[in-house]
This record gives sequence, C-alpha cells and structure tokens, in this order.
Amino acid sequence: MKIEFLDLGLTDYQTSRDIQKQTFDRVKSGEFEHALISCQHQPVITLGRQACLAGRQAKPVNLLVSEEELKEKKIKLVNVERGGDITYHGPGQLTVYPIFNLSLLKKDIHLFIRNLEITAINTLKHFNINACQKSGLTGVWVNDKKIASIGIAIRQWITYHGMTMNVNNDDLSNFSLIRPCGMDIMMASVEGILGDNVEIEEVNKIFKKEIVKWPK
Amino acid sequence: MAKVVLPELGENITKVTVSYWFFQPGQKVEEKQDLVELATDKATFNLPSSSSGILKKIYIQEGDVANVGDVLAEIE
Repeated sequence: MKIEFLDLGLTDYQTSRDIQKQTFDRVKSGEFEHALISCQHQPVITLGRQACLAGRQAKPVNLLVSEEELKEKKIKLVNVERGGDITYHGPGQLTVYPIFNLSLLKKDIHLFIRNLEITAINTLKHFNINACQKSGLTGVWVNDKKIASIGIAIRQWITYHGMTMNVNNDDLSNFSLIRPCGMDIMMASVEGILGDNVEIEEVNKIFKKEIVKWPK
Repeated sequence: MAKVVLPELGENITKVTVSYWFFQPGQKVEEKQDLVELATDKATFNLPSSSSGILKKIYIQEGDVANVGDVLAEIE
C-alpha cells in the first residue's frame, strides 16, 4: 500500500484543513494512491455534523461553556463537515488525517473506521498500552477511558478528517469544556497511563509503520 | 424520471441521516455532482447524482433518517 506521508508539526486548524483539501485533490487526480497527514493543533473545538443535527439548536448542547469563555481561553470554535459530534484538539495530541482512496481498497465506511482503530491499538502496543475497541462505540479505549477519537468525511469514496490520539497532553482539562462526542466519558492519554512524557514524533513514527499494514 | 436511491455504504450501515441537500427542487443537477450529504454517527458521505436533469422532488428532508434502498429524490 503506497501512502504519501505529510508531517505538519504544530499547525493552525484552518491551515490543516486547507492542506487536507489540497491533498484530497492530489489523491483524486491519482497523483497519490493514498496520503496521511500528521500534525498537532493549536487549541480548537470542532463541531461535527452530529453536533448540528442533534435538535438543530442554535447552541450545540454538548458545548458546556459560552463562546466568550472560549475566546478568553484562546480556543477557537469551528464547524466542520466530518461526522461525529464535538471534540477538542490541542498541543500534545497526535492528529492524523488519512486521505485514503477507498475505491482502491474496500468501499465500506465502517470497515475504514474499524481499521483506523486497529492501527491506533497496534501503535499503542509499542508503548505497552493495551487499548481496545468497544462494541457499538467508535474510538479507541483504555479500560473505560477514551484515548483516541474518530470523525471522518467521505467524498467520491476518498476519506478525509480522521483521528486524534491523546499522547502527552497533560491539559486534558480542556475536555471538561465539552461533552466529548456527546457522551459522558473520561479521556486518557499515553502520558497519563505511563506516568512519563512520550515524544509525539515517536508515536507518529510508529503509527506510520502500522498504517502501511492496512488490509486491502 | 430517475430515482435517487440510498446505496449500500458498507456492512452494518442500514440507515443514515440526510444532513444537507446541495440542490433544491427545480434546480438543474449534472451527473456526478454532489447531490446530498448523508451522515452516520461518525462519518459524512456525499452522494453524487447518478444522472443529469432537474431535481423534481425530495422525499427525505434534512434531519430525517433514510434506510438503504429508500428513494431520496427524483430527477427528471
């Protein structure tokens, strides 16, 4: 499986969106079979389609603070076209955007999500963390805490948006500003589990090695 | 008259929510243009139009649920 890797480092959310769109076009044109964008984000809360569909209320019910409070904390709020509800991105998380052409793999939305979860689980194994999937739920879990969240969009059977894994974000407190994914759940991080800081680049390197094993 | 039918989107996906219509009845749509955005719990998917013509009628409105095989709209 040929994947073009793009490492953006710490990136503003809008910049990463623009790069996703450019990369999407390069996959669509056939220049790349598939691509994977890796980055960390400046603090941002994103609202997926589920956040807007749930009741179609003016204010998303799972945002627990006012927009003024977010401004004071310098956290941006962005509506996005991915599936899923509300989530937080910030420094210390590894965010990956697989721009995969499912026409070359299998045209199955849930299979894509399950394979993404398995890639994260296998990555965490390298750090002696036993993570798992949960029946009926999306994401990657360690016991009852969520360590990676997923929300994707698919256009012409090419994927974008993706997954965020909590690595060394000691600032998990920002998740208390929201009901992540519209659920009452606790978040976990690699650092929190190991009691030690792990370089994001190290996790990214392992993730990239694992994702090339993607089943055809 | 061409019926726009919700296709198979993968195993275990039997229903989706219609989240956005890119066209309204009376508008002209070209084959392969994005016609409607569909949402599962964790993914959104744009369904392209399978034919060119005038969007005559929308059967499943934004925010409503459709099952695989349901007719979403008609194009003439």
